[in-house]
Amino acid sequence: MFATISRRGVLTGTAALLASTALPRLALAQGGGRLIVAADSEPRQLNPAIVASNGVFFISSKVIEPLAEASYDAGGLKPLLATGWEGSEDGLSITFALREGVSWHDGTPFTSADVAFSAMEVWKPLQNIGRSLFANLETVETPDPLTAIFRFSKPTPLQLIANALPVVSSVLPKHVYEGSDIAENPANRALIGTGPFKWGDYRPGEYYLLTRNDSYWGEGLPHLDDIVFRVLPDRAAAASSLEAGEVHLAAFSSVPLADLDRIAKVPGLSVVTRGYEALTYQLTVEINHRTGILSDLKVRQAIAHAIDKDFVLDTIFLGYAEKATGPVPANDPTFYTPDVTTYPFDIAAAKDLLDEAGYREGPGGTRFSLRLLPAPYFAETRQFGDYLRQALAAIGIDAQIVPHDAAGHIKAVYTDHAFDLAIAPTVFRADPAISTTILVRSGQPDGVPFSNQGGYANPDLDALIDEALVTLDPGKRVALYKDFQRMVTADLPLINVADWSFTSVVADSVTGVATNPRWVVSNWAETGLSE
Amino acid sequence: MARLGRVVLVRLAGSLPVLLIVLVGVFVLLDSAGGDAVDAYLLSMGGGDAQMAAELRARYGLDGSVLNRLLFTLGQYARGDLGWSIALNRPIGPVIAERLPNTLWLMGSATALSFLLGSALGVLAGRRPGSVLDRVLSGGSLFLYSIPSFWLGLVLAVVFAVQLRWLPVSGIETIASGKAGLARAADIARHLVLPVAALGMIYLALFLRIMRSGMAEAWGQDFTLAARARGLPDWRITLNHAARNALLPLVTMLGLQSAAMLGGSVVIESVFAIPGFGRLAQEAVAGRDAPLLLAVILTSALMVVIANLLVDLAYGWLDPRVGSGAGHD
Repeated sequence: MFATISRRGVLTGTAALLASTALPRLALAQGGGRLIVAADSEPRQLNPAIVASNGVFFISSKVIEPLAEASYDAGGLKPLLATGWEGSEDGLSITFALREGVSWHDGTPFTSADVAFSAMEVWKPLQNIGRSLFANLETVETPDPLTAIFRFSKPTPLQLIANALPVVSSVLPKHVYEGSDIAENPANRALIGTGPFKWGDYRPGEYYLLTRNDSYWGEGLPHLDDIVFRVLPDRAAAASSLEAGEVHLAAFSSVPLADLDRIAKVPGLSVVTRGYEALTYQLTVEINHRTGILSDLKVRQAIAHAIDKDFVLDTIFLGYAEKATGPVPANDPTFYTPDVTTYPFDIAAAKDLLDEAGYREGPGGTRFSLRLLPAPYFAETRQFGDYLRQALAAIGIDAQIVPHDAAGHIKAVYTDHAFDLAIAPTVFRADPAISTTILVRSGQPDGVPFSNQGGYANPDLDALIDEALVTLDPGKRVALYKDFQRMVTADLPLINVADWSFTSVVADSVTGVATNPRWVVSNWAETGLSE
Repeated sequence: MARLGRVVLVRLAGSLPVLLIVLVGVFVLLDSAGGDAVDAYLLSMGGGDAQMAAELRARYGLDGSVLNRLLFTLGQYARGDLGWSIALNRPIGPVIAERLPNTLWLMGSATALSFLLGSALGVLAGRRPGSVLDRVLSGGSLFLYSIPSFWLGLVLAVVFAVQLRWLPVSGIETIASGKAGLARAADIARHLVLPVAALGMIYLALFLRIMRSGMAEAWGQDFTLAARARGLPDWRITLNHAARNALLPLVTMLGLQSAAMLGGSVVIESVFAIPGFGRLAQEAVAGRDAPLLLAVILTSALMVVIANLLVDLAYGWLDPRVGSGAGHD
């Protein structure tokens, strides 16, 4: 008796559920459409002018625009709020021509005063990247509402500033922020920008809603009615939401690599690897040069020879990565050079190097022990930690994995320096001077994450980095950074293992995908939904 | 009624020292886990310089000693203020008020499901201990109990949401649907089916087994024999005599389980992307947000105290031998 009642109950319940499921699905398929995107985290604050990070850009870049966006076209940049930029002969000023007819979401016109305010009050004093990039920025002059002239105290290469524009130049409305505590302004949570989408709503733990900006400056743009970022912290949940058609897009490899093959076979879904070229991550072994053994170049070379990059690409990245030759990823169109010292997988050579360095095999075949700290924030860095432990064991180095959670790892490596080897996901952002040279330049104060905290100091390399920073001629600059790659690979302050690209899983109904090398963190004005 | 009120007050006062110990313990533990809220924040930003980190630490009062920070937080609580979350950059009170209902719905429904279904099946199994039905139910429940809840959750989601598409994969309600009133309640109920099933199924086994063993024991006792001698129908003996007596340990378990469920909801809330209390606790730990974590623990502890209080009161109602004045146990 019990069984029949419950079965009937379940059946009627199911019918009601089916009826109510049909409605939202139909709504999804209509019109300009609502794009639903999986978001795996909720940034603490969303102001991209203060926090220039991919997690923030992912959401905020649709609302607040930079002066220029990265592009696949020659020159690598597409004008957004700036229509042109020109550097002076002496490298002491850069003049930006600004777009006409742009207004903020609250209706106020966009002018050069907004650019000057953002640069002097936000990018230079507050922004994680701008604080060093704009350290020499002295003033921004605004001769007219559509011209902003940046004046620097030292020669500053236009190439560097231009390459950095998509990341560092998010413009804030002066009239909203002026005279307030910028870091705590309420507009950091309900963004006001010039972008194709306006801030709609935020339900913590659930979703962000962005709605179409009907008075966007781009002709006929944007295509979408609105964008919803659904907060889905569990990676398996993101994958099943895609399969169930509840989400159109999951970016930043939020679908685990192991699931990609299966997902790619689901009708209506595709795996896309383009759209991340300007934010390529590298799998990097950070080395603590304070550890006596590791200050010996032969030991570092031995470690480099012990890593089988083919195995790493096939087993850990399942093919979604390339071998790294040095600190600039191969997909960078400007600075990369393959002409560097390479370290082929060769266990015998590695053992010989260690013998030469005087670290002979002790009892049990072990030469010495090291602490190995894989960054916990990516599955790939953790897995590579397990691999590296085995690879080093094969040449007689006993690497002990020291596990930490994210905050603990940051403190252990970048503040306490309690590591010998660490595994980091370093980021190359279109120009080596933005976030790459800091990984090897000496003189970084303690406690700066993603910088040289390994105590490496090479005066020649420092001199080269400093020279490139004030070299105005683009050709010479590129040549210097090619030397930089040669020097880094020869002396191995760190070991670059793989250039690793993120993947997106996208529903086939989404149009305008991966249209630029920062697509995921760009404004999505040209993205749409087809029937 | 006045007596009942006093029992509640005495109970709450009695739990204060426990709460204090828990708070201090958590504070010290969290502090000794390397890294602080600013480290976690810098990670999410992709880096920042040393001066910036120092400014942030000063801004959020992280530059003081452990003792100072602990005293500051306790002082806030004494004034009835839950403080400011560093990780979320919002006052904590509203955050808790936002998240708590979701978790209460989830836990309440899962507890009701596991308790009601578990005890009903336990009655069935305990009616004829050793019968085929008993073996099937006991074995089946043990099987369910041994499944990790996140795995069960994922499998349920794959089957019912991805393949059959009967139910939504995740979330607490349809996003920005504009629904209100009954339509919204139905929408939330639909979203709760899978997580409640995943959480409830696992605890079902506990209730089933306790009920079953209590019943099995009751059959051998004099009062069931007497009832049978009086010629009562079998179902009345089962329900009114055997089952009612087996209910007491079940109610004890209910109180204990309320704490365990809170733990289980951490996992289920992430699997089903429900913005609840468990996930808040997880975010607080990952963000090294001591004030938020303390507030979460304080609220959870309060919930467990209240649940156990209700259980004690239920005792008096189920078994008149237990007086409701037993506030000292």
